[in-house]
Amino acid sequence: MARYIIRRLLQMVVTFIGTTFVVYALMFANQNDPLQALAGDRPVSDNVRQVLTEQYHLDDPFLVQYAYYMKGLLTGDLGRTLTGRPIGDVMADAWPNTIKLALLALFFAALFGIGAGLVAGLRRGTVFDNTTLALTLVVVGLPIIVLAPIAQLVFGVKLGWFPTTAGARPDLYGLILPALVLGAASTATILRLTRTSVAENVRADYVRTARAKGLAVRRVVSVHVLRNSLIPVITLIGVDLGNLMAGAIVTEGVFNIPGVGSKLLLGIQTEDGPLVVGFVSVLVIVFLVTNLLVDLLYAVLDPRIRYE
Amino acid sequence: MSDLEMAATTELGARPGEVPPAAGGTPPPKTRSLAGDAWYDLRRNWIFWVAAALVVLVVLMAVAPGLFSSADPTACNTRRQYAGPSGGAILGYDFQGCDVFSRTVHGARASVLVGLFAVLLTGVIGLVFGMLAGYFGGWLDALLSRVIDVVLGIPLLLAAIVLSKRLAADRSGSGIVSVVIVLGILGWTTAARVMRSSVLAARSQDYVAAARMLGAGPLRIMWRHILPNALAPFIVVLTIALGTFIATEATLSFLNIGLRPPAISWGIDIATAGKHVREAAMPLIAPSLFLTLTVLAFIMLGDAIRDAFDPKLRR
Repeated sequence: MARYIIRRLLQMVVTFIGTTFVVYALMFANQNDPLQALAGDRPVSDNVRQVLTEQYHLDDPFLVQYAYYMKGLLTGDLGRTLTGRPIGDVMADAWPNTIKLALLALFFAALFGIGAGLVAGLRRGTVFDNTTLALTLVVVGLPIIVLAPIAQLVFGVKLGWFPTTAGARPDLYGLILPALVLGAASTATILRLTRTSVAENVRADYVRTARAKGLAVRRVVSVHVLRNSLIPVITLIGVDLGNLMAGAIVTEGVFNIPGVGSKLLLGIQTEDGPLVVGFVSVLVIVFLVTNLLVDLLYAVLDPRIRYE
Repeated sequence: MSDLEMAATTELGARPGEVPPAAGGTPPPKTRSLAGDAWYDLRRNWIFWVAAALVVLVVLMAVAPGLFSSADPTACNTRRQYAGPSGGAILGYDFQGCDVFSRTVHGARASVLVGLFAVLLTGVIGLVFGMLAGYFGGWLDALLSRVIDVVLGIPLLLAAIVLSKRLAADRSGSGIVSVVIVLGILGWTTAARVMRSSVLAARSQDYVAAARMLGAGPLRIMWRHILPNALAPFIVVLTIALGTFIATEATLSFLNIGLRPPAISWGIDIATAGKHVREAAMPLIAPSLFLTLTVLAFIMLGDAIRDAFDPKLRR
C-alpha cells in the first residue's frame, strides 16, 4: 500500500508539473506587453516600467518565471487580480459557497442515483427499469447550459417553487435547485452504474448463499448486494468531479451564486488573466488530489484490491 | 433474458426471411461478415433509426437552412422585440427582434461544422498516436501514455477555457477554427487510448504474425491487418465524441469564449435568451431543444453502433 501511494504521488507530481506548465505557458508566455495592458491607454514611464519589470520578474527567462509562479502557487500566494485584490482572498470568499453547492449536488446524485439504481437493478425489465433507463439517456445528453436555464425558467419563474437566483449569501433552500441541476448528469451515470452492478451481484454465489441460509431480503440487499455494488460507484464520483467543476461554472453563473465557478466566469469575461490561471491551477490540484483519495478509498472499501 | 439465452438466440435463433437452421442446431448455411452482422442488428434497432433521422435532419439544416426558413437570421429589428409568432417566424422574435426559428435553424451549421472538423482532427491525431503507441510499444508508448495522463489530468472545460483565452488573443472572425483547434488538442486522448488498446489486442493475433512472417512491413501490417480489426470501437468513440464536442462548443460559446457574434450558435442564443427568460421563454426553448436533440442523436447513434458491433454488451 505504501509503495502504491508513493508511486501515485510521484505520478501526480509529474501530471501536476505538466499541467501547470501548460497553463502557465499558454496564459503568460509571449505576452506582448503586460505592463501596458495593465495601464490601459495611459503611457507607462520608464521608472515605473523598470520597477514593475523587476517586481514581476519580466526580464527573467521563461523557466525562472515559471519557477516563481510555482513557488507562489505552493505557498498559497496566487498573486493579485487585475483589479488589485489578492486572488487568495477572492478564493476564500468563494470556496464555501461552491463546496456547499457541490456537496449538496453529490448528496442528491448519490441519493437518487443509488436509490433508483438499486430498485432498477433488482427489478430489471420492469416498467420502472425501462423508464429510468430512458430518462438517464436523456439526462446524459442534456448539456448543462440547457438544463440550468430551463430549470430556472420552469421551477423558478413559472412554478415559483424555488428562488430564481441564490443571491449574495445563498441559504440551503436557494441552493437546492442549482444542486439538482449540477448533480443531474452524475445522478444519471451513478444510476446506470448502480443498476448494472446490482444486477450482476444479485446473481453472485454469495448472494445465493445468503438467501439459502435464510437471511431476510432486506439484509441480503443492503449488506450483500448494495455494499459490493457501491465500489465502482465511488470511483465514478471521483472521475465525475471534473464534470462537476465544469458544471459549477455554468450553474453558478446562471443562478448567480458567488462561488468559484462564477468568479472564474467573471474572470473569463473581464479578461482577468491572473485570476483565471490562479483559479484553474487550484481547481486542477483539487481534481488530482481528490482522484488520488478516491483511488485509495477504493482499496479500503474492497480488501480484495491490493495495490503493489 | 439471460446472457446465455441471448447468445443462443443471436447465434442460432431463426431470423425472419432466413433459412431456418436444420434440426440438431447446425449453424445457418449462410454466414455474414462482422460488418454485415452489425448492419443486420442496426436495421432492427429503432433507436438507430430515430438517431439517424435526427442526424440527417440536423445535417440538412446545416447544409441548406433555406429549406426550413426563408427568413434572414441576422435581419433583426428591435421594434419587434419579443413579438409573438407571425408570418414566417413561427416561434416569434427574441430580445434583439430576430426571428427565433430562423436563428435556430441557421445555428445548426456552426455546431455541425465544429463537431465534424473536431472529430476529424481528433480522429487523425488519435489514430496516429494510438496506432504508433500500440504497435511499437516501448519508450514511445510510455511517453504517449504520460502525455495522455497530463491532458486527461485537466478537466476538459477548464483546459478549454485557458486555451480559448490564449487563442482569442490572436484570432479573427467567428472563431470556428480556434474552437476546432481547442477541441482537437484536448479531445484526442480517448480516441488514442481506444485505438491503442485495440491495436495491442490485434497485434498478438496469429494472422499478424503470419503477415510478418511473409515479409510484410510495419506500415502494411498496420494498415491492412490491424486497422480493419481495430476500427469498430474507434468509430463508436468518435461518434459519441461528436455529440460531446457539439455540447462543448455550445458551452464555450455560452461562456463567451467560443464562437462570437455575428456567428450564429445555439450556445450564444441560449446565453442571451437565458438572461431575458422572464420576458420571453421561446428564444431559450428553441435552441435548447435543438442542441439537446443533436447531442442526444449522436450519443444514441454511437450506442447503437457499439451494441451492434459488440454483442457481448447487449442486454
